[in-house]
Amino acid sequence: MSQPTDPAAMPGQTPDITASEEAPQEVEAKIMVASQWKLIWWKFRRHKLAMISGIIVIAIYFVAAFAEFFEVFPPDQYAARYTYAPPQTIHLIDMSDGTPRLAPYVNGYKVTIDSFSLRRTFVVDPEQKIPFRFFAKGFEYKLLGIIPWDRHLIGPVNPEDPFYLLGADALGRDLLSRMIAGGRISMSIGLLGVAISLILGILLGGLSGYYGGAVDNIIQRIIEFLRSLPTIPLWMSLAAALPITWPPLYVYFGITIILSFIGWTGLARVVRGRFLALREEDFVLAARLDGAPQIYLIMRHMVPSFLSHIIASITLAIPGMILSETALSFLGLGLRPPVVSWGVLLQDAQNIRAVSTAPWLLIPGLAVVIAVLSLNFLGDGLRDAADPYGR
Amino acid sequence: MASDDKLIEVKNLKTHFFLDQGVVKAVDGVDFEIRRGETLCIVGESGCGKSITARSIMQIVDPPGRIVSGEILLHRRIAGDSGGQVEDVIDLAKLGPNSREIRSIRGKEVAMIFQEPMTSLSPVHTIGHQISQAITLHNKVTKAEARQQTIETLRLVGLPKPELRVDSYPFQLSGGMRQRAMIAMALSCHPNLLIADEPTTALDVTTQAQILDLMLGLQEKLGMAIMFITHDLGVVAEIADRVAVMYLGLVVESGDVYTIFSEPKHPYTRALLRSIPQVGGKVRQRLDSIRGMVPDPYNRPQGCPFHTRCTEKIAGLCNRVLPERVTIGEGHEVRCLLYSDRGDIA
Amino acid sequence: MLQYIARRVLMMIPTLFAISVVTFIIIQLPPGDFFTTYISNLAAMGESVDQTVVEAIKKEYGFGEPIYVQYGKWIWKIITQGDFGRSFQRGRPVTELIGDRLALTVVLSLFALIITWVIAFPIGIYSAVRQYSIGDYIFTFLGFIGLAVPSFLIALVLMYIAFKYFNQSVGGLFSPEFVDAPWNLAKLRDLLNHLWIPTIIIALEGTAGLIRVMRANLLDELHKPYYTTAKAKGLSEFQALIQYPVRVALNPWISSVGWVLPGLVSGATIISVVLSLPTTGPMQLQALLNQDMYLAGSFVLLLSALTVIGTLISDILLAWIDPRIRYQ
Repeated sequence: MSQPTDPAAMPGQTPDITASEEAPQEVEAKIMVASQWKLIWWKFRRHKLAMISGIIVIAIYFVAAFAEFFEVFPPDQYAARYTYAPPQTIHLIDMSDGTPRLAPYVNGYKVTIDSFSLRRTFVVDPEQKIPFRFFAKGFEYKLLGIIPWDRHLIGPVNPEDPFYLLGADALGRDLLSRMIAGGRISMSIGLLGVAISLILGILLGGLSGYYGGAVDNIIQRIIEFLRSLPTIPLWMSLAAALPITWPPLYVYFGITIILSFIGWTGLARVVRGRFLALREEDFVLAARLDGAPQIYLIMRHMVPSFLSHIIASITLAIPGMILSETALSFLGLGLRPPVVSWGVLLQDAQNIRAVSTAPWLLIPGLAVVIAVLSLNFLGDGLRDAADPYGR
Repeated sequence: MASDDKLIEVKNLKTHFFLDQGVVKAVDGVDFEIRRGETLCIVGESGCGKSITARSIMQIVDPPGRIVSGEILLHRRIAGDSGGQVEDVIDLAKLGPNSREIRSIRGKEVAMIFQEPMTSLSPVHTIGHQISQAITLHNKVTKAEARQQTIETLRLVGLPKPELRVDSYPFQLSGGMRQRAMIAMALSCHPNLLIADEPTTALDVTTQAQILDLMLGLQEKLGMAIMFITHDLGVVAEIADRVAVMYLGLVVESGDVYTIFSEPKHPYTRALLRSIPQVGGKVRQRLDSIRGMVPDPYNRPQGCPFHTRCTEKIAGLCNRVLPERVTIGEGHEVRCLLYSDRGDIA
Repeated sequence: MLQYIARRVLMMIPTLFAISVVTFIIIQLPPGDFFTTYISNLAAMGESVDQTVVEAIKKEYGFGEPIYVQYGKWIWKIITQGDFGRSFQRGRPVTELIGDRLALTVVLSLFALIITWVIAFPIGIYSAVRQYSIGDYIFTFLGFIGLAVPSFLIALVLMYIAFKYFNQSVGGLFSPEFVDAPWNLAKLRDLLNHLWIPTIIIALEGTAGLIRVMRANLLDELHKPYYTTAKAKGLSEFQALIQYPVRVALNPWISSVGWVLPGLVSGATIISVVLSLPTTGPMQLQALLNQDMYLAGSFVLLLSALTVIGTLISDILLAWIDPRIRYQ
């Protein structure tokens, strides 16, 4: 047993403060200084999948905004000779001279007629080379609706050559160009629909949460009623009620409004819930007791802890809109040709005959899946990051 | 002291949590023992590993936490061949968390009550169902017998009208009644050790006193040992036989309650005792608080864990050497270099 | 409890009334109606239209009268005689048309629902209990894909694969030789042979969502102290899990389980269209596209009413199973 010693007998061992022990506190202080948005960004950045998805979403919206530049041909330009022409493979390096040289080309088509079914089938013709280039001259358009231009990201050197990277549809229209054009419609319907939902949701949800009482009661009853209606039949019947004679733009807005008609109730609930919960939060009470003015209280304390949740909610609401539009258009109840959306494009693939002759008609479905997946992952990442103090 | 008096011995217990951000050594070398029928209070600030120690004994540490090393020896008295009682020792730390052996001990030999009587009972089952489940699990009884025993136990813990309350749901009871129900559940199979993890923290002061009285009364009646976890030194003074003071996953001082209160040795214990207000103390005397913060769990200090906040630390030594346990009196142990023979360390 | 149910049933009446009004407005929205088009088409083709018949129909449905009279006649017949009107396109009463397809639709949807539950619950529980394990990541990823891929696309792709690689046509529920055959064992076997692919496709539609819901609900419960209490009692991990957290985590699901009711009747509309199944879904779509108003309206009314009834059933179930609501 070691000798117990009395500390009182050792005056030499009285407290001494060294600088080293202050260090941890400094680190803590630094963390506390970071603003909420910074914390959200830090947390979001750790979510790799959400980061990648965010980049993909931005890329998709970029392509949608400058769709004409990315299109090869006008989306409605048809060429009956190339009905159901299959996708071509890109060759970047030409080996025909024996020495490789950089000359991008695709192979042309040979048409054979099946003697049994008398159907025209395309075969890739390795002899025929269709050179293409980047920033090729093509059809004229107005970039963003303002700047006139005629350059395209990619295009055949001779604009008359067949150039179908993703194949052609029944009328020989270029699927790639149509998909890019459709992306603009499908993606913007999601955005616009959510915007309308959001305005309705925040307005009514905010009113409901802020005033409470009778206003809250009436709005809540309306929401309950709307939610008690079955979504899909209601959408379908409303969409079917849009007059066939309407011009495409009207139909576009009509469908968007129908989609947001149901969507806003969910957002209104989120807004109201957050509002009510925040009113009771200790930090809001603390700020109020501190004598903070109402507007300062709302802007400085309530909105930040609220906005992040709203942003996450709308990100998660967009894919639902895109999927609904696709489904409605696919059924023939939504957008109608000549408007091009992913749903409209998929309508061409509705019967097994078309799909088995031209499986590439399903490619727009892939675009839907990628867009919806990335928006979902992005929204999930945002939702997790929205609460930077959480686990 | 006869060895058969021992009920449970915890030796160098280490329970660590393996998180993405690093390993949290919640319990890092805890030693103590509890004798039959006595009350051991475990005291310490939040985050010092009190609750994890208790959960380690029950083997209900949630992943990613895991017992890394150490022994938890439970001494059991079982009927021997010749009619007398034979002592049998089992190391709970070696049992798998979901093994049949540990399950037959949980609730039967060692029972536990928790801090939050609100959430520790299932909201959608009657308390009768939850208690009698423990009884049928460990005893060969019919449902009707279990129900009868449940009512008896509820009466034992002083729940008024137990015949009616047995069919109540937790949300129909007050906080104090819920905690009584929890105690009834823990005692329903007559355990030898009752672990109480801050059972009165969530209750108001009057109810707190009632629950403490109840537990002491039941201990007298049933003779079980109690391991009582708290941060409230007032409660310790009232109920403890012996005290173990924990800091950052270590027992820094242990001894009987009189010694600890009258002759605290470890600087942490002394600081803790200085931080409670004294009735009859000087008017307007400033209450002492312990300097600094509990260190970040991912970066435990080298050497003695308390040296970053210690007012009596020995420069150049305390930040290097983890003190050994030193016995400085009858059952009084302390982990501090001030009491070690420094000749063989420095 | 009885009082609670009675109150809820009474509260349903104004909702149902509002639904019937909304439905009627919806079917009146499109300019013109099938009946007028039908008559003018007949006239244009030079067929003689019996004016007395036209007048009789007009009178029966109140065409030309104020809209509230039309509504009154419509709803009165539904309430008193269960008469939902006629499909002008198909020339048969709506109840008969729906009745024809209802049994098959319910069977198909019910099978699909059971498959969904059998797949989704164990996976949801597994994913929550083993959160962040490899299995959880795989199921979560598959779940995300399941949510992102439109169900009709899955149907199309599977149909294409079956056609291309197995040379089997997936559409329809009967082989051509059995379509009009009377019911016998061979026809039943033929039906079952055709039934399983659409059933699985329909089942997959809801599975991803349910897995996510179950996982999220259970994760909320797994960290609650009462689960620890149950384990501390001596219950095995599995027993404790099933009896306590899983039991509580089911409550939010029960609160929406009633909504499967309209789903049972409507079937998976879009998938049914793609796979050309003889369920109610495609008929509803046709009715909408042709503005066959009584048929389309009946669907909306029927499904809305079933949604409301489903909500009621859910609420009653929830009150029955969750004492916190029952004793409010």
